[in-house]
Amino acid sequence: MSLYWSIFYHNFWTYMAGARLTIELSVVSLILATLLGLFVAFMNLSSLWPLRLGAEGFIGLIRGLPLIVQLMFLYYGITAVLVLPAFWAGSFALAVCEGAYVAEIFRGAIQSIDKGQYEAARSLGMPHWLGMRRVVLPQAFKRAIPALGNQFIIGLKDSSLVAYLGVMEIYGTALLIQADTFRAMQAFAVAGFFYLVMIIILTLGLRRVERRLNASTSTEVRSSRAQKAFIRDRTQELS
Amino acid sequence: MIRAVNIHKWFGDLHVLRGINLDVAKSEVVVLIGPSGSGKTTLLRSLNFLEQIDVGSIYLDDQEIDHKQAALNKLRERVGMVFQQFNLFPHMTALENVIEAPVHVKHMPRAEARTMGLDLLASVGLSDKADCHPSELSGGQQQRVAIARALAMSPDVMLFDEVTSALDPELVSDVLKVMQQLARSGMTMIVVTHEMGFAREVSDRVVMMDEGQILEEGSPEHFFVCPEHERTKRFLKEIL
Repeated sequence: MSLYWSIFYHNFWTYMAGARLTIELSVVSLILATLLGLFVAFMNLSSLWPLRLGAEGFIGLIRGLPLIVQLMFLYYGITAVLVLPAFWAGSFALAVCEGAYVAEIFRGAIQSIDKGQYEAARSLGMPHWLGMRRVVLPQAFKRAIPALGNQFIIGLKDSSLVAYLGVMEIYGTALLIQADTFRAMQAFAVAGFFYLVMIIILTLGLRRVERRLNASTSTEVRSSRAQKAFIRDRTQELS
Repeated sequence: MIRAVNIHKWFGDLHVLRGINLDVAKSEVVVLIGPSGSGKTTLLRSLNFLEQIDVGSIYLDDQEIDHKQAALNKLRERVGMVFQQFNLFPHMTALENVIEAPVHVKHMPRAEARTMGLDLLASVGLSDKADCHPSELSGGQQQRVAIARALAMSPDVMLFDEVTSALDPELVSDVLKVMQQLARSGMTMIVVTHEMGFAREVSDRVVMMDEGQILEEGSPEHFFVCPEHERTKRFLKEIL
């Protein structure tokens, strides 16, 4: 046990620096993936078949290739044309990969919103995009949160693969410490501990977001209040 | 006010509207009746282009409606619609539902919209529900908010698509009362309904549809007392 502790203790700040990079990688790729996912989802829902074909092709290709292969492809592909730091190459590759999954999450969520909502918006004179932005998307986002959270947790863990591009995030740090000390078990156990802590924090954060979104409109939260008000009204109507 | 000329519409091979001509004058209340599948809802939805018509044209104030998106948005600002399933926006309160389109489509200042919205909610008897979400309202209350929401755009014509069909029987009268009040105020209305009491008392003209065509039309007195068509007689016997 003392060996684990010693690796943890002596390399704490090195791991912390790695954790910082992991967080930066995850946040950057998460933001880019959300934007890309939304864009591809709209392409996929378009009435123009070339856009749909493009979206389907993109999603099919990305989901059909292992992330590590995409990372290498993008890294060597991008750096052949323009010099890009490994961090950004990694972030872009992660974003592209996550974006394909996020696109499917958004498409499902948007399609799950009752068509009558969009029709009601249009019947009030709202143009297509205004109706999407004000009526459909807020409801779709809320419905997508659990699946998005899941995807973001996967994304955070997948960022470990960027170590193979030479980015010293948590997993890269562990590889380095293993090479230094020959304590493979200990080096990776500490890395695992860092990941676990970050994911627990992320999960708690997501749960809060979900709860806050639900509090504003959910039927469950309000049902007892609504029921009381309803019964009161009905008694008044009858009397 | 609003005129449909020779409207045809196909769903795949199904010919749902077969040459409909309908002319509704200002302040007139027209009730569309007919068996299910006769095309009355499709006709109503065609009038504000929620359904794309295949042949024919629609005139608003003697101006033919262009099929371009921008023109359709303008048309829909002038033609309000109330749906069978209410279709209120669940993430907004009753008041927010009402002022959404005036604020974001007509760019009305929010304070002004609020005052107007509260007035409209009061006129449908829901001033105390302004801050409730749709999930906290009964079906009848939701439908009255939906009527207020459509009225908030100050439309010239209101379309009602079986607006009481999804309601518990005892909640129907509240909604009908609001519609009656609206008819009295001079609103031009086209109403698809199975409420024959409403047709008889409120409407100026009853139009009977069957198999995508207008079978006969007339004043409610004439229509309910001595319908001409055999099909109309049978239909009235079934539902009355």
